[in-house]
Amino acid sequence: MSAPVIDPVRTTVPRPAPKRSGKGQRTTPARFDTALGWNDKPGAAWALRILLCATALGIFAVPFLAILSGAFTKNASGSSLSFLPHDSTLLNFTVAGERGIWDYFSNSLVIAGGGLLLQLVVCTLAAYALARHRFRGQALVLTLFMLTMMLPEEVIAIPLSLVLGDVPVVHLDLKGTVWGVILPLGAWGFSVMMLTEFMKDIPDEIEEAARLDGVGELRMLWQIVLPLCKPALGVAGVLGFIMIWDQYLLPLIAAKDPTDYTVTVALSVLRTDPEVGSGVVLAGAVIALVPSLIVYLLLQRSLVSGIAAGATKG
Amino acid sequence: MTATVTTPATRRGRGPTRKSVVPWLFLAPGLLLALVFKFWPMAKGVWLSFFDVRPFLGDKWTGLDNYTRVLTDHRFQDAIGHTLILGIGQSLGAILLGFALALLLEGQTRSLKILRTAVFLPAVTATAVVGELWRLMYYPTSDGLLNSGLHLLGLGPVQFLDNPDIALYSTMAMGIWIWAPYNMVILLAGLAGVDRSLYEAAAMDGVSLWQRLRHVTLPAIRPALMIVLTLATIRGLRVFTEVYVLTGGGPAGSTEVWMTRAYTLGFTRNDIGGASAASVVLLCVTLLLTVTVNHFRKRGDAR
Repeated sequence: MSAPVIDPVRTTVPRPAPKRSGKGQRTTPARFDTALGWNDKPGAAWALRILLCATALGIFAVPFLAILSGAFTKNASGSSLSFLPHDSTLLNFTVAGERGIWDYFSNSLVIAGGGLLLQLVVCTLAAYALARHRFRGQALVLTLFMLTMMLPEEVIAIPLSLVLGDVPVVHLDLKGTVWGVILPLGAWGFSVMMLTEFMKDIPDEIEEAARLDGVGELRMLWQIVLPLCKPALGVAGVLGFIMIWDQYLLPLIAAKDPTDYTVTVALSVLRTDPEVGSGVVLAGAVIALVPSLIVYLLLQRSLVSGIAAGATKG
Repeated sequence: MTATVTTPATRRGRGPTRKSVVPWLFLAPGLLLALVFKFWPMAKGVWLSFFDVRPFLGDKWTGLDNYTRVLTDHRFQDAIGHTLILGIGQSLGAILLGFALALLLEGQTRSLKILRTAVFLPAVTATAVVGELWRLMYYPTSDGLLNSGLHLLGLGPVQFLDNPDIALYSTMAMGIWIWAPYNMVILLAGLAGVDRSLYEAAAMDGVSLWQRLRHVTLPAIRPALMIVLTLATIRGLRVFTEVYVLTGGGPAGSTEVWMTRAYTLGFTRNDIGGASAASVVLLCVTLLLTVTVNHFRKRGDAR
């Protein structure tokens, strides 16, 4: 079954960039570089493209300025907002702090850090077994992990909340603890699939040479396979982080009371609080936005190649 | 996938007992977590959907009652319509806009790369944050962000989220805004794979730009388009967070979709059996759709 996951190795290799800088070096004219045959010489089409690019930027990026400006504006409300702050102030952040935003934020960080660590370890171990070993039931295991991708939290939310309240066999109540959010995120089909595909491409000769030197399974994974998988681990890491940070329903059902919420879920608490205005909600939104923004800007290349390889956001 | 071929001959020199146990040790944590937090809840959900779930009193077997109750409930029937409108409209809109963005921003120059980074922002932002952002943009008075723009055009303030006739389409617009940049990235990867000599050959044949797009580019990126379409359709049916953070299903239930309805039933009205039945219905439809799309894609891919 060829799931949305297509070979990440091949898709992540960038196409050699057409030479653009050197004068007269170009072998093919620019109009063959793109599907629409965009030309980089000034002209009507060039002007149209700049206009359209500005529109795209205005639609997809500029609205973020509205959040920023609102968060730093005194007495901000839905009306009277602009893309640049007036009456700059940090008051909104102070009030949001009084409403416990930093506690929510630390919940989020613990869940994102712990969840990502668990997810990477669990998925790497599983991928290693699937890629570097042959055993009975391999196809079944692969199908099971693929199925986890088709069982999003939304569909199993109601029974999952019961399971979190009383984990089968051990009878633990995970509700109200960070484990209630972290553990369900551990086995992520996408990471398993992608890492498996990547590990399969490691030449057998490397593994055999190491085996002759008497390297055991764990050292093989840690010292031989993992260093060769850094690009794939980067993709799994950044996509995993974005996916965990975006979780909404899971922290909602795993919480016992609102103090257990993550910062993204807590935005609704701030919004329904009659004593705080839009500015405070927006301050919360900025706090919830910054970590994913940092991760994205630092690890963009991994993220984009991972999505191009067929990742799912949730 | 060429990489999947591993020759059994090269994998030897391990004892039969060790060989069979080792992979399972590595798989154990993942399988255990998937079992406890994915498959067990799923099985439990299917099981509970046949019961009248009563805490402390014990569950009572009711057969298909929950299913008939959910499927005949007019609020669920409305929700089906909303889910389909939202899912299909959002998917198509995001694919068309994503394709337009990919065509516009294709290229290797530095400025285009920066533009793509900026345009992709909505896709990496948490949905809850996006919800707050759009709530702000949709502010109902004439000095709200979008309404002040409409005001300049001489159009009155639109109640984007408070008018039952409009709220669903406002939600759809936000969904398109989130997913178009995401589709753009997948389609850009597809466009990058188009053989450049085909464009040159087309130019030599004196083919117009439109014909080139239609007969050279589109067939070449068809696999990428199919991936985008599959992901979008499946996502569309189980839409929850977007609606929950933007409208919460209101006003007057006009944006209530299948999952928000199931959530309300399960968590605010404590009808676990009914909510489970609703989830099982969605699960079946999702799986059916996935299998169907995969089937057609395989047939299409057979070269």
